[in-house]
Amino acid sequence: MDLENQKRVKDLAEKHGPENILVILGAAEGEAAGIAAETVTAGDPTYAGPLTGVQLGLSVYHVCEEEIKSLLDPAVYDEQIGMMEMVLDVDDIVSEMSAIRDEHTKY
Amino acid sequence: MNSVLTAASYILVHAPDMVVHNGTTQTTERVVNPGSEYLKQLPEHIRSYDQAVAYAPNQTYIGNMTPGQLGEMEQPWHDMPVAGATREGRYGEIMPQDEFLLLMQASDMFDLVRLDRAFVAKTKPALEKHPLLGQEILALVKAGEDASDIARAVNEEHAEGLYHMGQLVGYVKRAHDVDANLSAHVLLENLASKASAVLALRHLLHTSGVAPEEIEYVIECSEEACGDMNQRGGGNMAKAAAEVAGLGNATGSDVRGFCAAPSHAFVMAASLVKAGTFKKVAVTAGGSTAKLGMNAKDHVRKGLPVLEDVLGGFAVLITADDGKNPEIDLDIVGRHTVGTGASPQAVITSLVLSPLERAGMKIQDIDKFAAELQNPDITKPAGAGDVPQANFKMIGALAVKTGELDRGGLNGFIEQHGMVGWAPTQGHIPSGAPYMGFARQAILDGEMEKAMIIGKGSLFLGRLTNQFDGISFVLRKNRGAAQQQQEPGISKEEVRGMIAEALRSFAASMEG
Repeated sequence: MDLENQKRVKDLAEKHGPENILVILGAAEGEAAGIAAETVTAGDPTYAGPLTGVQLGLSVYHVCEEEIKSLLDPAVYDEQIGMMEMVLDVDDIVSEMSAIRDEHTKY
Repeated sequence: MNSVLTAASYILVHAPDMVVHNGTTQTTERVVNPGSEYLKQLPEHIRSYDQAVAYAPNQTYIGNMTPGQLGEMEQPWHDMPVAGATREGRYGEIMPQDEFLLLMQASDMFDLVRLDRAFVAKTKPALEKHPLLGQEILALVKAGEDASDIARAVNEEHAEGLYHMGQLVGYVKRAHDVDANLSAHVLLENLASKASAVLALRHLLHTSGVAPEEIEYVIECSEEACGDMNQRGGGNMAKAAAEVAGLGNATGSDVRGFCAAPSHAFVMAASLVKAGTFKKVAVTAGGSTAKLGMNAKDHVRKGLPVLEDVLGGFAVLITADDGKNPEIDLDIVGRHTVGTGASPQAVITSLVLSPLERAGMKIQDIDKFAAELQNPDITKPAGAGDVPQANFKMIGALAVKTGELDRGGLNGFIEQHGMVGWAPTQGHIPSGAPYMGFARQAILDGEMEKAMIIGKGSLFLGRLTNQFDGISFVLRKNRGAAQQQQEPGISKEEVRGMIAEALRSFAASMEG
């Protein structure tokens, strides 16, 4: 995850409390989604950014996961994400995200 | 009368020591985590020049293989060297780093690049054999300095070291004591970009057969900025490169727009020629040292070679219609506007579907789409997926959404209308531009009629706007001078618009 985004996530978690933060990802691929999810839960796996060694344990979902998709207006979802969803390997993304959540999410 | 694509050239520079010393992933790591395992392991993953030459995507870039031939090879490609691979290609070459350091010095007009005397003596004979650089350029290479002076400049005078095979062989001097925009770091980036554009321009003269003095205007479209503290992006990289390349009758200017800049530049060049302002316009860009080894952490972690070890460059010549070369059809230009929005669906609609609909065409009327041609060997292990594939899937998905394609036909669409990526991840380099030469040839050979070149740019990286950007155009078989002469001064679209307007005012008069 981009160093600036790591800083923003860290600052927001400190300001509002980690239990009040939900991170929504839009990565195009399972592995990239997994790395971003790991960064905001168990810490930056690349040891490069402000979240290195910081275990925020935040709630984190990919926007194409049912938990998030079901909350959105279907027309808006279709317009903004429908085509992308057709193109993505959503099963792979869901399995990566679930694995990270099961292991590292605290909230 | 449209303008035509007359020639293209593509060059790479193998720059293994620049990966280590100038790539920002590595320079950042040295600041943040200087003793890291990654930095220790990195040198073991650097490829030799011969390995970089034998790499199939690189052979494709310089034109020794077609994208179709590359697509027939099983991925990944990094451990499948091409037998009989050569430095020279149909469209350009892969220059080794030592020769390039001399070319950087020849491209430097302010005595900022200093090289080791022994290194120059050893390397210059090789450069003297270069068939396209010429005496004027070689004469700009200086005899060199003592190794002790070089070490002192790097250690004590804020110079940026130039390395070859792990040895310090020269430096780029800072051009000002306090101005960050004239620091040694910035000048090294700019001079590497300029020198690689010079090499691409020299190859363009060769592939086009055009005399240097015939080129009237050069548009440079890299992602670097040159200037001082009072005008950080003052420019003009185009004219600077044109001077060294020997284009004595040219002026030029720079176009910026991140990875979309080349496509913007092609549309502008085609417009300048179509308008009759200039007859021959070259579009060029050199490479980016900053992006060398950008994803090397992932490559090293996965035991792969560092695949981002080359600078990329290209040049394209656009001229007045000759009745033969493929036209750049300016009636079919797609653009991502401020109001388009950033969703992938909106982006691809604006760049692909909207311009085709305006021209009364369907998505499948385009034989080949070329967008973001990043080499998947590089991006897949870095978690960024197969970028060109994702683009073609989206274009196919758009064809499904509009009902011109069955969902079951999606994979076939990608195969038929897309291609594998082969370009190094040098930002502006992959964005459609690498296909121009192949598209021209395939159209001339009668293998296809229309290709859409799509440039896309991530403007948010500059932190001035969250806007995405893109521009597209169609390269098509020359419709011949005769047919074009018959074209009246007014298009079908305009007639339709006029009829619609007349009907509207008629309707309005009825209401009134």
